[in-house]
Amino acid sequence: MAITSHHITETTGRNSSLKFDVEQIRKDFPALDQTIHGKPLVYLDNAATSQKPLEVLEAEEHFYRRDCSNIHRGVHELSERATKSYEDARITAQRFLNARDSKEIIFVRGATEAINLVANTFGRKNVQAGDEILITSMEHHSNIVPWQMLCEEKGAKLRVAPINDRGELLLDEFEKLLGPKTRLAAVVHVSNVLGTINPIREMIEAAHRKNVPVLLDGAQAAPHIQVDVQDLDCEFYTFSGHKLYGPTGVGVLYGKADVLNAMPPYQGGGDMISSVTFEKTIYNSLPYKFEAGTANIAGGIGLGAAIDYLNKIGMENISVYEDELLAYATEALSKIPGLRIIGTAEKKAGVISFVLEGIHPHDVGTILDQEGIAVRTGHHCAQPLMERFKIPATTRASLAFYNTKREIDALAAGIQKVKELLG
Amino acid sequence: MPDLRGLYQEVILDHSKKPRNYRVLEDADYHAEGYNPLCGDRVTIYIKLENNRISDLSFQGSGCAISTSSASLLTETLKGKTLAEADALFEKFHALVTGETNGNLAEDPSLGKLAVFSGVSEFPVRVKCATLSWHTLRSALKGEEKTVTTE
Repeated sequence: MAITSHHITETTGRNSSLKFDVEQIRKDFPALDQTIHGKPLVYLDNAATSQKPLEVLEAEEHFYRRDCSNIHRGVHELSERATKSYEDARITAQRFLNARDSKEIIFVRGATEAINLVANTFGRKNVQAGDEILITSMEHHSNIVPWQMLCEEKGAKLRVAPINDRGELLLDEFEKLLGPKTRLAAVVHVSNVLGTINPIREMIEAAHRKNVPVLLDGAQAAPHIQVDVQDLDCEFYTFSGHKLYGPTGVGVLYGKADVLNAMPPYQGGGDMISSVTFEKTIYNSLPYKFEAGTANIAGGIGLGAAIDYLNKIGMENISVYEDELLAYATEALSKIPGLRIIGTAEKKAGVISFVLEGIHPHDVGTILDQEGIAVRTGHHCAQPLMERFKIPATTRASLAFYNTKREIDALAAGIQKVKELLG
Repeated sequence: MPDLRGLYQEVILDHSKKPRNYRVLEDADYHAEGYNPLCGDRVTIYIKLENNRISDLSFQGSGCAISTSSASLLTETLKGKTLAEADALFEKFHALVTGETNGNLAEDPSLGKLAVFSGVSEFPVRVKCATLSWHTLRSALKGEEKTVTTE
């Protein structure tokens, strides 16, 4: 199983001379090898969810075939094996984010649940009437709505830092909005619509100067960029497993141990307690205090396998390759008359959103699908951002390291076909 | 394999680029707004009734080729129809685009130009685009205040 392959990680992860063989990599992803409407699948919807390598499928299958049992309480062999695999995955996630301690890694259902957890525990405890939460105008609905719900409950105020027409955060404005009443800055690391990489280091420093803790929504960042939470010094970092080539229904909330310790529990139930009487319950220590009920064990193990796989290829290699692919795609799409790219920030990762003059994204999506090309069309769970750019929707192509220049050419040809049919 | 030309027929493309009756009807007796949260399509339908007959109707909004042309053809088709006739047409149109029919509805003369939407049944995710304006019409006639959504 991939969980034991840490030693491979360290040697290949930072070896920039390692040849990045995309055709070889594609063979690791069985779902990529199929035809759609008679055409080879071109999967460009990776920001919605990414495909899974064999290692992940095998790790999940191994759990269900051989180790299936509940964790943390069995005295028998299967439970010990399952517990070890699950806790090894936590250590793998800890190293992936370079967290100080594995108890700072809380397994959740995904980035959405991670944010809701913080809103319901840290938020409910620390936010009072008149206080403020600061977000940006490029947030996904999952980093807007939990804060709105909290603000409504507490009589607090949601403040929104603006962006420019290129889709870049206005850092000065962000800094101005950090005030004595700001209890948390909850900001996206990489925008799921614009692809913008936010200047999170500067944002965290600015927030900390005002003693404001920071939560980063890393759902779109973790699959593309090496993240080091100690270096960043953020209080919280969140990501989803399924966008990171892992299973659905599992994700990670990282929190600084002292911050997590000061928070009340999220849900009550098994595993999150150390003792229960009808008079009083004593809560378990980190990370279990936040993990009530039987976990998504297979999912956690699968996520560990996904991270091992990424380490084997190397996050630096992935970033370099994807940047090249993004530049290639940006150039190819820019050449198409009537196509406008939404989100032209200087620093971007993995995403190209665009609109075609006179043609609605929904029609673009249907025609591209007939060409075997999977893209996302719509508002991408970011309606306020669509309002900002005064468009109802975009077509979004989102990249993974298994995509090729040949597939970008197919996308460009597909868009030409859209124009021929509907233009 | 579904046929794109069957979906995007000439009549549909023509109506999506040059929608008919695309205006606000100032003295409308009924109007309602429809919204498809999946793709952001919005349509507002305006209706004027005389003796239980649709004497005039119009629409405004933004949407894909299917939803825009469907709204446009709806306004063209229903002018002069009674409410009962409009309702019956919606039933037939719905059966046509969902493919939930035994007979060959595309040949049914009462559908008229609406038959061009027969290709939609091959694209199940696009059914909501084709029916948004019809659902909105129904809601307008019921005098519902709330925005209709396709969800």
